[in-house]
Amino acid sequence: MSGAADLLRIEGLTKAFPGVVANDDVSFAVPAGRIHALLGENGAGKSTLVKMIYGLVAPDKGRMQLHGRDFAPTSPHEARSSGVAMVFQHFSLFDALDVAENVALGMETPPSQRQLARRIREVSEAYGLPLDPTRLVGELSAGERQRVEIVRCLLQDPQLLIMDEPTSVLTPQEVEILFSTLRKLAAEGTAILYISHKLEEIRALCDSATILRQGQVVATCTPSEKSARELAELMVGATLHTPSREPQEGGEVVLRIHDLSMRSANPFGTALKDIDFELRAGEVLGIGGVAGNGQDELLAALSGEARVAAEAVTLKGRPVGQMGPTARRALGLLAAPEERLGHAAAPDMSLTENAVLTGTVREGLTRHGFLDWGKARGFAEQVIERFDVRTPGPGQAARSLSGGNLQKFVIGREILQRPEVLVVNQPTWGVDASAAAAIRQALLDLAANGTAVVVISQDLDELMEISDRFAALNEGRLAAPRPAKGLGIEEIGLMMGGAHDLDTAARAAE
Amino acid sequence: MDLSAINPVILVASLMVAATPILLAAVGELVVERSGVLNLGVEGMMITGAICGFAIAVETGSPTIGFLAAMAGGALLAMVFGVLTQFLLSNHVATGLALTLFGLGLSALLGQGYVGVRPPATPKMDFGPLSDLPVVGRIVFGHDLVVYASLLLVAGVWAFLRYTRAGLILRAVGESHDAAHALGYRVVTIRLLAIAFGGACAGLGGAYLSLIRVPQWTEGMTAGAGWIALALVVFASWRPWRVLVGAYLFGGVTVLQLNLQAAGAAVPVEILSMSPYLITILVLVIISSDRFGARLGAPASLGRVFHANR
Amino acid sequence: MIALVRRPAPSRLWTVLTPPLAVLATMVAGGLMFAALGKDPVLAIRTIFWDPLFGEFAFYYRGQLLVKAAPLILIAIGLSLGFRAGIWNIGAEGQYILGAITGGAVGLAFYPLDSWIVFPLMVVAGAFGGFLWAMIPALLKVKFRTNEILVSLLLVYVAEQLLAYMALGPLKNPEGQGFPGSRNLSQYDAAANNELIAGSGMHWGVVAAFIAVIAAYVLLNRHLTGYHIRLTGQAPRAARFAGVNPNLLTIFCLGTSGALAGLAGLFEVAGPAGQISIDFNVGYGFTAIIVAFLGRLHPVGILLAGLLMALTYIGGEAAQSQLGLPAAAIQAFQGMLLFFLLAVDMLTNYRLRFGRAQVA
Repeated sequence: MSGAADLLRIEGLTKAFPGVVANDDVSFAVPAGRIHALLGENGAGKSTLVKMIYGLVAPDKGRMQLHGRDFAPTSPHEARSSGVAMVFQHFSLFDALDVAENVALGMETPPSQRQLARRIREVSEAYGLPLDPTRLVGELSAGERQRVEIVRCLLQDPQLLIMDEPTSVLTPQEVEILFSTLRKLAAEGTAILYISHKLEEIRALCDSATILRQGQVVATCTPSEKSARELAELMVGATLHTPSREPQEGGEVVLRIHDLSMRSANPFGTALKDIDFELRAGEVLGIGGVAGNGQDELLAALSGEARVAAEAVTLKGRPVGQMGPTARRALGLLAAPEERLGHAAAPDMSLTENAVLTGTVREGLTRHGFLDWGKARGFAEQVIERFDVRTPGPGQAARSLSGGNLQKFVIGREILQRPEVLVVNQPTWGVDASAAAAIRQALLDLAANGTAVVVISQDLDELMEISDRFAALNEGRLAAPRPAKGLGIEEIGLMMGGAHDLDTAARAAE
Repeated sequence: MDLSAINPVILVASLMVAATPILLAAVGELVVERSGVLNLGVEGMMITGAICGFAIAVETGSPTIGFLAAMAGGALLAMVFGVLTQFLLSNHVATGLALTLFGLGLSALLGQGYVGVRPPATPKMDFGPLSDLPVVGRIVFGHDLVVYASLLLVAGVWAFLRYTRAGLILRAVGESHDAAHALGYRVVTIRLLAIAFGGACAGLGGAYLSLIRVPQWTEGMTAGAGWIALALVVFASWRPWRVLVGAYLFGGVTVLQLNLQAAGAAVPVEILSMSPYLITILVLVIISSDRFGARLGAPASLGRVFHANR
Repeated sequence: MIALVRRPAPSRLWTVLTPPLAVLATMVAGGLMFAALGKDPVLAIRTIFWDPLFGEFAFYYRGQLLVKAAPLILIAIGLSLGFRAGIWNIGAEGQYILGAITGGAVGLAFYPLDSWIVFPLMVVAGAFGGFLWAMIPALLKVKFRTNEILVSLLLVYVAEQLLAYMALGPLKNPEGQGFPGSRNLSQYDAAANNELIAGSGMHWGVVAAFIAVIAAYVLLNRHLTGYHIRLTGQAPRAARFAGVNPNLLTIFCLGTSGALAGLAGLFEVAGPAGQISIDFNVGYGFTAIIVAFLGRLHPVGILLAGLLMALTYIGGEAAQSQLGLPAAAIQAFQGMLLFFLLAVDMLTNYRLRFGRAQVA
């Protein structure tokens, strides 16, 4: 895999940020018409690498070649006019603008709006990704939003297409459609750089793979020749242990959700519709679903940030729907939201202050409204110690911690308060593999001690690993929970809403 | 009280004059806010424009040069805000307040020698016999250049935002600066341009007060006009034509209460004088109460500090 | 090329260092401004910052320092609570006027009764007047989500008209020979807020300012409400998750700052100003915004900043009479101070990195 056929060559690329070398002498090549995987954990340097290719960040050392010519873009405009297109992990879309306007913003020389609308229809149909150019992007589902990004790239006839973690927001059916689109593109000669940490997908899709660990290339291989476990160990650099638990007999019902309906506080959010489920002591209920189908709203309705009808949420027979977070906490209903910085924790506050955030009632950190900082510090230290949070001490600001360590702190803070019911949203999102394993194990241990646990997550592997029962959120509705054991990926996909309005398109694309 | 002294034609013609300063400032601020920047310094830029325009017009004898100087002064002061918020990442609200406080002080300082001076008169546009037509002559063809310029500005801003690529990029930056940055647009440059434009508009509005509407220089003469312009942008849910409607409504209230004062209405003068502010508050309340979906018009990145990390 | 690099945590050193740095920069820039006005910059700076404290007439000026600083500190303490929570009351000037009107009116209503109860009642009425005026933006924000910045500011102009109406109408001195303005409260013993120690400038407003500083310190550092205020300002979603009711917090912050501004107005009208007059207010409500930021929204910082800002007022007056420096120059000088503070403020959260140009 070298020589003139390589569309993109990267040699000795190095980029350092204060305190961290994001990329250290990285080299690899992608031939035209091939799908090349860039594999690595969070923080391995994948994002920095693609930002250099896309002209958002300048390398300190090393060089890039496109079509055998030196390539050093100083802006995304330059990268785009050289034939590089990119689909971002966190969408680069504008909610209040329509699809056509969003597409136009990602193009160098867009045609008139009317012509563009026609082109969007054509291209999106041709690749099995139907889109209405006049719709506001804020009203689209996560899958549709990604289609906007992809169509935006396709309209520019890219020679190199970069996909940054594209499947994290798709149902299994939608993933299949995406893959067939990508294969079709590759067959037409486009080189694709596919970034992911999902091993099975890479094994199914990619022709070759470069594995990054801590900014360095640790291996280059053909993924289909390796097992997922081998790839994982290359990526993490250690042997992984899978969380384990004893099978549980469910206890009494502690949490009952009945006819829970709620409007979203966010203009582009999803309303919850008639949600019903029961949760027993010691049970783990996994709630899957594609992002933006009501996950944040469900967490808010359970944590008390959003008030709902009193009877919609009952905790041990007591209606709590009208109560706020503090009152619910006092009764033992605790939660940990998805967004660590700014929601679960205040970025600029110390860990001690962040311990006070949810710990006041159950840990008795106040007396007559006055805070007992000594006790709060003690509580923070306890969380740090018990959950192996790597930090110099509880005086550190939350934002100075790595994602994994802060997440351990956030989850640990709730677990140490001995909840009756714990609700977590995306507990291991953006967290390194060892921290993720520790968090999952902690949740299982908590359940083993009799706490009922609700895990809302978009990571299906995680849910299958730790759930007793599984349910899926789709457009604010929750499918009836089913035992997780023996549930196939196909069935799960259907519970998540299948391929949303894409069935016909899927056939067209094949 | 003699209400018959209030002539509806003159009322309409003079409300246009009364509305022009805040219309200009509000349209400028609309562009600034559409780019995601909240500049609360409109009052400070207006009054700086008022004195710059006044002083230069008096010194040169030309109102036109005065208006240009007012725009330059407003834009220059706005750039202080721009540098602080865009490069030094200061809080928009605090910096805007600082701009207003500084502008009030600076203008008083610059205007020391100009109290009681009469500025050169600004001629009305010459439409020939059209100005003598009944009713329309006075309302449509009886104004100075700036009034027409302000109307053109509204139309221009509307067309710019709606039909041009630059307008689309400006809206995109205001909607999500992170996404715009990821696509390679120069968030800071675009915002600086918008801020300068807003400053020039506010400066022009201020000079219209000191050179035409009043016309003389007194300290603190804007008397909250800049704040009313800010309220107008909210009232208009960030749309240019609605700014025009709001400004003329406000101009109408102002002129009407002045006429009532002159007619000797049986209400204390002070109560009449506070009415424009009270009505602005009332309108803000009605608009904010969500029935009009006003908040959906607000740019999503409004007032958020942008720093490109990594 | 200079790049800003975000610090992992706010720098404590720079938090303390930025205000003095801003003051220094303002002195330099202000000196240039004074030079441009044809005055000797060094002399002007000395007249403003040094002479009132250590010069020939310092015995007189030092007392004035407390008189001017007290309302600034009182108002700024209240504002700082809201500013910390992201609730922007910028209409303190109006609440200050209302406090003077309501408190003064209560005093005038009792005239000429000689009882110890009059002054305490005036204090309560003054605080209540400011509180009520601040409740207008607070309740409109809670009920209709109306922007409190605009409403509180617009109400300043309404309050000024109300003040004119009161000074010329209902509260006009019946024995004033037709001159505008109320009776002189400082000459009505039961209502007067006179110096507690002659020549010190120490009046009840100064006492209240000190109490406010201590109370705010305790509230912010020891009490759950203060924690919630800080949390709301830094991470509103986290605050809601913690169980903070944003509506109650809005009412608390605006109400407290309104009451404190009202108190400041009352102490001023019953003491240093003496009467309710058209030009009673001199912009303390706006200068207090600068004081609050200059003090880094910290009670002790505000105490120091209030004294410094009072010094610029007094020194400014001295410079006016001795050097012929225009009054507006001091106003511009104060505005400049806030600019410089905001400019150097980023040093607490960002590190400067000098190096070669970098894309993005």
